[in-house]
Amino acid sequence: MANEEVLSGLADIVEEVAGVAKDDVTVEKSFVDDLDIDSLSMVEIAVQAEDKFGVKIPDDELANLKTVGDAVDYITKNTV
Amino acid sequence: MSGLLEGKRLLITGVITDASIAFHVARIAQEQGAEVVLTGFGRMSLVERIAQRLPKPAPVIELDVTNQEHLDALAGKVSEHVDGLDGVVHSIGFAPPSCLGNPFLDAPWEDVATTVQVSAYSFMSLTKALLPLLSEGSSVVGMDFDARQAWPAYNWMGVAKAGLESVTRYLAKELGPRQIRVNLVAAGPVRTMAAKSIPGFKDIEEQWGPRAPLGWKVDDPEPVGKSVCALLSDWLPATTGSMVWVDGGFHAVGM
Repeated sequence: MANEEVLSGLADIVEEVAGVAKDDVTVEKSFVDDLDIDSLSMVEIAVQAEDKFGVKIPDDELANLKTVGDAVDYITKNTV
Repeated sequence: MSGLLEGKRLLITGVITDASIAFHVARIAQEQGAEVVLTGFGRMSLVERIAQRLPKPAPVIELDVTNQEHLDALAGKVSEHVDGLDGVVHSIGFAPPSCLGNPFLDAPWEDVATTVQVSAYSFMSLTKALLPLLSEGSSVVGMDFDARQAWPAYNWMGVAKAGLESVTRYLAKELGPRQIRVNLVAAGPVRTMAAKSIPGFKDIEEQWGPRAPLGWKVDDPEPVGKSVCALLSDWLPATTGSMVWVDGGFHAVGM
């Protein structure tokens, strides 16, 4: 799947779950430091991303996804 | 093939992710033939999504155990899905940061009160709210962490668990005449969302496996899930007011 497509889909999820404006969800942003997303919101974002993109994001992996870009890369590489 | 919980109607609280102990209890219970209704707290959209990942997607009812209106309406809402209950699982606990991981001597009473209300008192309030639906022979199970000793960082949550253990004995005493059993599973550490919020969980995690006679896997919720299902079944018919250790035997050895 193309990076842009994943970013756009992920941004929709972040907006829905955490109330962050879609345009603010850009690759260099940190989920915690820039977008102020708490741990349970991260879990919900991950669960929605799993359903939407058909990937599996294990908990240990989720902890490594610090920025929006990290998440986009992970999803892009792991979609079947 | 008939399962251990064939035909049992269960209400299971405490599912938040697919790592939750309650999720695995629900999954195993369904595999064993039970009909499951869930309750969720706070993040209903997340719980509803996770409920879809069960072998058979389960309905979710919103329940904040500190909200009397929720408790009053609960039996009615459960009745929309099942015509009675044979079992209840209480997998609910909460402590503000001052009560978990921060200095024990500094916790203010308001926070301690919240911890005890959500983590211990609610075992009674949940059971009471569901009493009209509970049939003779039904089983109520709560989730415990052995509170007979003090743990690093667990602090006022440990005090609340000691309360939970006592609530279990009193509920067993009150509900025995109705032939309702009330028990706890005192589990070893399982890596869940709740566990991650416990500072010092890592230390407990690391020491558990080597000391437990049977060993212990923090990422395997299966033993706890199965044991809760065993207590929900008809196969421990004279057990009530008990806490069943599901900890690899950790509690039994000194070093």
